[in-house]
Amino acid sequence: MGILNYKFEKSNIVIASLDGLLNWARLSSLYQMQFGLACCAIEMMAASASNFDIMRFGVIPRATPRQCDVMIVSGTVTLKMATRIKRLFDQMPEPRYVISMGSCSNCGGPYWEHGYHVLKGVDRVIPVDVYVPGCPPRPEALLEGLIKLQEKVRQESLAKKTVR
Amino acid sequence: MTPQEIHDNLKAKFGTAVADAKLDALQPWIGLAPDRTLEVCRFLHDEAGFEFDYLSCLSGVDYNDGKLGVVYHLFSMNQKHKIVLKALCTREQPHIQSVSQVWGTANWHEREAFDMFGIVFDGHPDLRRILCGDDYPGHPLRKDFKVPEFYNGMKVPY
Repeated sequence: MGILNYKFEKSNIVIASLDGLLNWARLSSLYQMQFGLACCAIEMMAASASNFDIMRFGVIPRATPRQCDVMIVSGTVTLKMATRIKRLFDQMPEPRYVISMGSCSNCGGPYWEHGYHVLKGVDRVIPVDVYVPGCPPRPEALLEGLIKLQEKVRQESLAKKTVR
Repeated sequence: MTPQEIHDNLKAKFGTAVADAKLDALQPWIGLAPDRTLEVCRFLHDEAGFEFDYLSCLSGVDYNDGKLGVVYHLFSMNQKHKIVLKALCTREQPHIQSVSQVWGTANWHEREAFDMFGIVFDGHPDLRRILCGDDYPGHPLRKDFKVPEFYNGMKVPY
């Protein structure tokens, strides 16, 4: 941001690669789909609140999947909910990303053996970009996961269509 | 009113509707015939001196010997006394009378017992599953329940 500290005295030209510019714009405004599933959602709310302030990374919660870039699956994915998650994910415009937050969503967590109603990992229905371990993860861990996702976005190339 | 008095009163009024009982337990309980729970509960709710106006809990049980059961925990706000009722049925004939007309609380609790154990509550106004999906195979808290391999195309076991 250093360049913005100085006033442009005349109109100037900034030279950057298209990919770099697009990726910088995309990773700085990852709109998040606003929904929570279980106790991880409480930590996600804490991450959104003033102490951790996830908005400083450009994450703004949106109430509809059609305006979202990233889905944070925060909590236990029941079989009943899994079909809904799949549908919501399908409604998101590409490029779209998924952060799987917490043990339940990663692999079933404490329900791995006797959870007759729990999907053993949300990656069985939708592709996951970043897994955040923990039960539940602290807000710092979620922020770390978000930064990892930003690194991933930074390395993509929309121009070359290498996005999945 | 002590559990003994409650039991004696019920026995005198309803006779065979009252099955076995254990009144020296930590939570004294009285067994009921599954096809007569409604009239006994209606009496316990309405009759002066009993006034069980609060259904604390209604749970389903699988005793793992072919028997299913429902346990009712009752409390009276006025009389400050409590009692536990038990009704038994079999896996082959899982029918018990609904008490949702007596206590509105029972409506959802009976739906949960139906969902988890497959106990059919006769006279329930809206006996649908409450937790699992409508197309979930079987009743998951029964002891003989086997987790399905797939549900709607999703693999269920770890």
